[in-house]
Amino acid sequence: MKKTIEDINKIRAAMQSEIILRDNTVADKEIHIIVGMGTVGINAGAREVFNALVDEVEAKELRGVRVTRDGALGTAENAPVIEVHVPGKEAAVYEKVNAAKAVEIVAGLIKA
Amino acid sequence: MYRTHILVCGGTGCHSNNSGKIREAFEQQIIERGLDKDVCVVGTGCFGLCAVGPIIIIYPEGAFYSCVKVEDVPEIIEEHIVKGRLVERLLYHEKALGNVAVKSLAETNFYKKQTRVALRNCGVINPERIDEYIARDGYQALIKCLTELEPQQIIDILKASGLRGRGGAGFPTGVKWQFAKNQDNDTKYVCCNADEGDPGAFMDRSVLEGDPHAVLEAMTIAGYAIGSHQGYIYVRAEYPIAVERLKIAIAQSREYGLLGDDILGTGFAFDIELKLGSGAFVCGEETALMTSIEGHRGEPRPRPPFPAVKGLFAKPTILNNVETYANVAQIILKGADWFASMGTEKSKGTKVFALGGKITNTGLVEIPMGTTLREIIEDIGGGIPNGKKFKAAQTGGPSGGCIPAEHLDIPIDYDNLISIGSMMGSGGMIVMDEDNCMVDIAKFFLEFTVDESCGKCTPCRIGNRRLLEYLDKITKGQATLQDLDDMEQLCYYIKSNSLCGLGQTAPNPVLSTLRYFRDEYEAHIKERRCPAHVCKNLIQYKITDACKGCSACSRKCPVSAISGEIKKKFDIDQTKCIKCGQCIATCRFGAIIKE
Repeated sequence: MKKTIEDINKIRAAMQSEIILRDNTVADKEIHIIVGMGTVGINAGAREVFNALVDEVEAKELRGVRVTRDGALGTAENAPVIEVHVPGKEAAVYEKVNAAKAVEIVAGLIKA
Repeated sequence: MYRTHILVCGGTGCHSNNSGKIREAFEQQIIERGLDKDVCVVGTGCFGLCAVGPIIIIYPEGAFYSCVKVEDVPEIIEEHIVKGRLVERLLYHEKALGNVAVKSLAETNFYKKQTRVALRNCGVINPERIDEYIARDGYQALIKCLTELEPQQIIDILKASGLRGRGGAGFPTGVKWQFAKNQDNDTKYVCCNADEGDPGAFMDRSVLEGDPHAVLEAMTIAGYAIGSHQGYIYVRAEYPIAVERLKIAIAQSREYGLLGDDILGTGFAFDIELKLGSGAFVCGEETALMTSIEGHRGEPRPRPPFPAVKGLFAKPTILNNVETYANVAQIILKGADWFASMGTEKSKGTKVFALGGKITNTGLVEIPMGTTLREIIEDIGGGIPNGKKFKAAQTGGPSGGCIPAEHLDIPIDYDNLISIGSMMGSGGMIVMDEDNCMVDIAKFFLEFTVDESCGKCTPCRIGNRRLLEYLDKITKGQATLQDLDDMEQLCYYIKSNSLCGLGQTAPNPVLSTLRYFRDEYEAHIKERRCPAHVCKNLIQYKITDACKGCSACSRKCPVSAISGEIKKKFDIDQTKCIKCGQCIATCRFGAIIKE
């Protein structure tokens, strides 16, 4: 199907959020969110938290925010735990996070 | 929406290392485990670090797995995708940092010093999906040109950017387009030279394999700028992956109305056709290339008339290299000033080099012009393996020359390279260490040009053959110093009298090695000695007293030249020895030497 300029721009907008994950930004300039995904973490819902974070980053088209998984973080009773690294600041640790809280945390980051 | 992207390199290097099978394994097992809603598997173009292929990169972490095998796929899925733990043993290990595992591609020394313009999409998008190219601002430059810019404005932007031809000679691209635009003719052509033939060069191939739409978009822009409606891409048939991806890209562009009549409803018409070359080196020369597209035998013709006046089918034609085109859309989008801010005074932007030879990180790198050779070789390239010493780097392929260690700190640009007797060329860079004989290197390149000479003009056809005979004599220890002088004379004669660029530059490898390594030539002639122990006629294999008499070498020797008593020192019969080196490779005691 032949496309118009508007069609191309629509495809661009729709696809950008899909491949935004692949933006390989410079490590010391980006916000880095680590989700603790040890066995306990996963059991306590870390996967939902991780998914919510990634979805949020894609939906808001945030560049320079990287969400990654890691092994167990923090203590088991406080799982799921996430760590937020903002360049130039000390790492913030959030405990007993759930999907809704994760979205809130991301919202806080954008404002800051 | 996918939360995890598994990028599998589909460049030629990784592909021939089974990356296709790895991708299939990922796709299949992701579906089997019910993860296909969350995880997508993407085949991409070249990531650049071909030495440690096949390469897999997993986002959002950006985890960089190297030397992956099909058997590793279940472990990566189980550990990384399901449990979220990096597979430590497969991560790339940076030797310069004390062999620590590097988690992401962006953290490697190899990447840190690079600036990716022409390669910006290589290893990021799926080259077989036009939508991913569009997502990375693809075809935005074309839209801008067709809706906002007059043809002359486009050419002015290119002129201001300082972009010069990336195929080797470095002619200003904007000026070339201007010549063609100024021609008053209804029919003009836009050609792309993808006939990359230098030994050890794979830049254009990687761009075509990793980001074919960038070339199509730039050619369409060129068509609009000079007033042409037909483009041709001349690509070698030996690049099957590049050809395949170009075919897919052209089909997708036509489907989207980005090629054909009335592009994007603007009324501008342009189409592109692929022409496959069968691999003659001379067809990379512009007049020979166009003769070949016309359907004739690929032979050059004298210039002028230049192609911009009378080129393909005797019509005004522009011919640019793949990498040149790969820069165009970015310049239009980001502006001439952005491009001109990179590089040196007379060479702007970046250049892609294919690193090969005696270097740790064999692969593809893109650096700003003005980067020194030392940075490329030591920082990005990871230095020379096995603790050997750097001797020279060869740039420009068979038309270029060698850069010795004393010029390691020279900033690389078109003019500097020419001033030290080499040239930019298309960007092949072959690194040599102390084990390379420079006479042998010159001979290797000359053998190549003698084979590839089309035979149309005498200086190239016969002159280069005579030149090769001189080199042969030298490597056999039969030459005199008079021969050396005669040889040098002949070089200048060939350079000034050949018809096309192939012959005019063919003696360059000889001249540049003579310039920097004359002592090696003289050692071959005066002392009948090859300092690097390469030239077979001038070396002998000897067994030293370190020999334990184990007989391993004598069993391996293909011509039974080694004999002796067990537990006593063995001996090599020099009349039988063919100097194949098998004995050295076999000996566990380092008892066999070349001298």
